[in-house]
Amino acid sequence: MNPDFSGPDAWIDTVSAVFMVVGALMSLGAAVGLLRFPDLLSRMHAATKPQVLGLFLLLAAIGLQMRTWWVWPVLVVAWIFQLLTVPVSAHMVGRAGYRTKHLHRELLTADELEAVVQKAAAEAALKDNRDDGRQC
Amino acid sequence: MHVVLAVTAVIFSLAAAGAIIRIARGPSLLDRVLAADVLLAILGGALCIDMAVNRHLNNLMLVVAISIIGFIGSVTVARFVADRRVKPNES
Repeated sequence: MNPDFSGPDAWIDTVSAVFMVVGALMSLGAAVGLLRFPDLLSRMHAATKPQVLGLFLLLAAIGLQMRTWWVWPVLVVAWIFQLLTVPVSAHMVGRAGYRTKHLHRELLTADELEAVVQKAAAEAALKDNRDDGRQC
Repeated sequence: MHVVLAVTAVIFSLAAAGAIIRIARGPSLLDRVLAADVLLAILGGALCIDMAVNRHLNNLMLVVAISIIGFIGSVTVARFVADRRVKPNES
């Protein structure tokens, strides 16, 4: 990197270098979170950082380094699809983790799914009892 | 720019090592799946760094493909775990 900050090229290089280092630090933060956090749901919180913000910073660094306009739509497509697909996998993993009891209940501040699950279980039990009565 | 490449290479190596340690140690299957997702994100980030530093776009389609279909693996495993745990309760 040339040290003179006269032209715009050096500034663009500096900004993209900062983006790259910060985007890489997002990955490191996710790894530290994966190793340090106690249960699945808090690890999921840490895991989203390189997937969304880290990828955004690195794609922006690519766009700044290439100095062309036509590459930006492709980068936007990559980021939009990441935004669309990451919640799907996070939803499925979180739901499976909740159902298989891979969470520390004492760490939750609110559990809105608990009431729904209990209501569904009560309705299922009621339906089972009705079916048993009909069979007898 | 090569200083940035070296710094990000070190950071990504440490991050990948952490994710792999979590894959190896993870108490449950879902922890391993989550760590594998993070490892995939780290791989995509490393591809982006390579493209940005060396100013080529050879890997761009690979990054787009990872961002489109990268979620299928974890969704599949999450379904598998949910199904396997539900069945003994129903029987």
